[in-house]
Order: sequence, then structure tokens, then C-alpha cells
Amino acid sequence: MIAGKELQGVIVATILLLIAGALPYYGSDYLLSLGITIAMFTVLATSWALFSGPTHYISLATAAFFGLGTYTAGLGIETLPFWVLIGLAGVLGAGLAALVGLATLRLSGVYFVIFTLGLAELVRQVITWGQNMTGQKGLYVLTDFTEANLYQMLVALGAAVFLVGWLINRSRLGFALRIIGDDETVAAHSGINTALAKVLLFMVSGAVAAMTGAILAPRYVYIEPALAFTPLLSFQVVIMALLGGVHRLWGPIVGVIPFTIILETISANFPNQVTLFIGIVFLVIVYFIPRGFAGLIEQMRDWSRSREGLT
Amino acid sequence: MSEAVLSLRGVTKRFGGLIAVNTIDFQVRPGQVVGLIGPNGSGKSTTLNLISGALPLTEGEIHLRGSTISGLRADKIARRGISRTFQLVRLLPSMTVEQNIIAGAVFGHRRRWGAEARQEAARLVERVGLVGKGNMAVGQLTYIDTKRVELARALASDPTVLLLDEWLAGLNPTELQVGIDLIHSLRDEGRTIVLVEHVMDAIRSLCDYCVVMSSGAKIAEGTPSQVLSDPEVIRAYLGDDDA
Repeated sequence: MIAGKELQGVIVATILLLIAGALPYYGSDYLLSLGITIAMFTVLATSWALFSGPTHYISLATAAFFGLGTYTAGLGIETLPFWVLIGLAGVLGAGLAALVGLATLRLSGVYFVIFTLGLAELVRQVITWGQNMTGQKGLYVLTDFTEANLYQMLVALGAAVFLVGWLINRSRLGFALRIIGDDETVAAHSGINTALAKVLLFMVSGAVAAMTGAILAPRYVYIEPALAFTPLLSFQVVIMALLGGVHRLWGPIVGVIPFTIILETISANFPNQVTLFIGIVFLVIVYFIPRGFAGLIEQMRDWSRSREGLT
Repeated sequence: MSEAVLSLRGVTKRFGGLIAVNTIDFQVRPGQVVGLIGPNGSGKSTTLNLISGALPLTEGEIHLRGSTISGLRADKIARRGISRTFQLVRLLPSMTVEQNIIAGAVFGHRRRWGAEARQEAARLVERVGLVGKGNMAVGQLTYIDTKRVELARALASDPTVLLLDEWLAGLNPTELQVGIDLIHSLRDEGRTIVLVEHVMDAIRSLCDYCVVMSSGAKIAEGTPSQVLSDPEVIRAYLGDDDA
């Protein structure tokens, strides 16, 4: 049963999705290029928040999954259809997430963060080593896809992520994750298999990041480990998700859009100050808006409601 | 006498060289309220943690209705029918009173979801005396009400055995009487309960049977009046001079 308020949310989301999906028909090339970046980070940050929002486990493994997907597309582009490669990247991403999850999700807090950061580096080094052994440098990913095609694939993936996230939030799995995030001991003593619940969500998040990487491979044309596994990507995803707010499904996107637009402007005009900007945003989140823009929006809504109540 | 619901055989827990629980045996029969008592540091709470699976056993076996539960993870033990409260109250801070209780109803021994789980939570809100507080945030509650929420959460899975770890500790005299009456009403319902407790009034009025521990070992067992007049129990509590 869908309540009236939820139905309203679904309708608004669908309309916004259609407007976003139609961008190639009315936007300029510049807007489309910006749209791809925004769509990419929306997908990555939203799927990241699906896992990290409720559990509070900060994963810095996004680059590992993303790079895995990029390389899956790069290695298979000559032999398999592209949509098969996207699916395959998802399966591999989920598999890697399962392995990492089983090994590390028993660890808590900071150990998990360090491990996930190391993972991206580990996968990158393995691929670099593989390339050195075979004498290959990088991979060419040559396709007929236009920017518009790739953009629409990302929007479709984004829609799927929102749908999956919405379903998870309504499910027992989502409820279990929220209990785990509040108190893992209580969760276990209430009958929740905490390790399994965390690994499942981490797999969803890993699969989506890998699929995003696969979709973007043709855009890069030439891929090499340093590009596909850049650790900066993992940090950007974390910061954008936190800026938007990870306690709501729609939170990350309200962080991604302003962050990406400002970041693009800064990197076009002051290319050396990009890292500084990311650092400042991080400080602002920690000190002033710990619940992100979504938290601010909700606060303002509550405030205006209580004012209406008074008059 | 009827078959034991819960039985501990040779249960031992060592932390390095320290023996916290030393070859403990006891049985709990259906509908019984068993008190686990003893001075501070005697291993009562550790024993409770071993039953609920919060800690793994070093040696020994625990059976619930004839099947072995020792060695299982806490979540599996909860599903088999043991639920508990904690010595220091543990609530889910981001959720309301009702959601805290539902958390106990969804994944445990008896599993409910959606309207059914909400109905059960509403029933328990009333049962433990939280009428009208179902939508409150847990941060707004008084101390005894947080204890009530935790109790309701533990009851929400309809457990075979309920473990209460000093549920009455920290209550003021008025609250204490309310608390004792509440546990008493559970006992009248026919719940099987194992409780760790320091409050003597509660032990006398609630327990059918007591197991007394001192320095990790069982030193006496029997009805409350039997064990509380046992010279060795008095020595354990008060020292040699008063025995």
C-alpha cells in the first residue's frame, strides 16, 4: 500500500527524472557534459549512502569498484555487447564487495575505512603489475556511443538505484540496517544476522559503482590504472553524499548538484585550488551542517510549519 | 517435575587467566522465575552473556528445549527463543518508542512485519505502561520508561526464556515497586525468566528459585528463603565475621 504522501513523492521523482533524462534534447553540449558528471556522482553518492547512511561505515572503496567496472568494459569491449559488460561489471563489483565485506565488516570504524582505501590502491597495483607483465600500457575503448547515449544510460541506472533504495528502505533489510547503525549489539540480540545484512548492502553499493565505471569507460576512450582507480573519486563521493545528507534517499543528490557545478567552475578558472575547495567543503560539513543539506531543508520545513501553526 | 526449558552444564568462561564463570550447572523449568544472585564481580552478568550469546563459552554446554545453543551466534540464539535486556539500557536513539519495540518483533523468535508488528508494538506499549508515549523519541523518556521500552522490545519476539540483567537497578523506591509489580505480572502470565538482581525485596517476591554465585562458582541454590539463610551465602555477601 502506498500512502498519499509517498505517492506524491513518486510522482515528483518521476517528473524530475523525465526532465533530467530529456536533457540531451534541449541542453547545450556544455550542459550535457556537466549533466554526465552530475549523473555519475548522483549514482555513486546515492548508492554509497544506501550502505553508509544507515550503518555509518565510511567506505573509501568507490574507486576500486569504479575502476573494476571501467576495466571490465575496456577488456571486453571487442568481444561482448556493451549491455552485457555493464551487467558483468555489476556482478564482479558485487562479488568484490562480498569478498571485502566478509573479510572486513566484522572490523568496525576506522579499520574498515583504512581497508577500503587500501583496496582501491591494491586493485590498481595489481592491474599495473599485470600490464607490466604483458607489456601493455593502457586500453582503448572505442565505441559509437555519443555523450547523450552515455548520459541516458547513467540516468537510467540512477533511476534503478532510487527504486532499489526506496524498496530497501521499506523492507526488513532496510529496517535491520537502521537498527545496526543505532546499536549493533541490540541488532544481534534481536535476531538480526548483522554481517549478512551489511554485506548485502555493501554488494548493492559495489555493484552500482562498478556499473557506473563500465558506462563511463567509452567516454574516457583511453583508460589506464591511474585514471580508473583515482582515490580522489572515493573522497569526492563521500563528501558529496555527506554534503547532501545520507539519512534520506534524496539527500546525496542535493549535495551532488551544487558541489559539481562549483567544482567545475573552480577547476576551469583556478585549477590549482580544487583540493582546497574539497577541504573547505569537508570542514563546513563537519562544523556547520552535520546532517547535510537534507537536514537543513527539513529543519527549515519544520520551522516554517511551526510558524504557520502560531499565526 | 516438567522438563527443563533451559539447562546449563559445566558452563565455564575464562578471560586469559581469570576464570569468570567456573563450571556452572543449573536448570530452568517452564514458567519458573530463576534469580541469579551474588556479590559484585561474581560472574552473574557474564553467565547471562554466555546464555544470550554475547560472549562465547570456553567450556560446557547450554541447551534450550533440548537443543544445544552454546556456540551459536547471538542472532541465532535470539531466533531460537532467548531475548534479553542489558545491564546498561540500550535503546535505538534514532527511533521512536514504537519503532524500538517493533525492532524486537521483526527478526526474533516470532517474526512479524508491517501492520501485525505495529499491532504487537501497540499492545506492548500498553502492557509495560507506556500508554500515549509510543510516538515519543527515546531521548525524552524518564529512566524507568527507557527500561520499559527495553523490556517491551525483549517481549516483542515472544521469547521462550527472557533474560533480565539488573532490570530493577537504579530505580527510586516508588519506581522500584512499579517495576517489581510489572515483572510480577509477567510471571503471572507464565513467562519463563532468568534475572540477575541485587534488590533483595525483588528476589524474595519474584523468584521461585535462586542460584547464588561467588567468584565465578555456584555456592548455593534453592528457594530464596533457603539460599538467603545459607551460612555460605551470608559469608560471601558479608565476610567471615558476620557468618
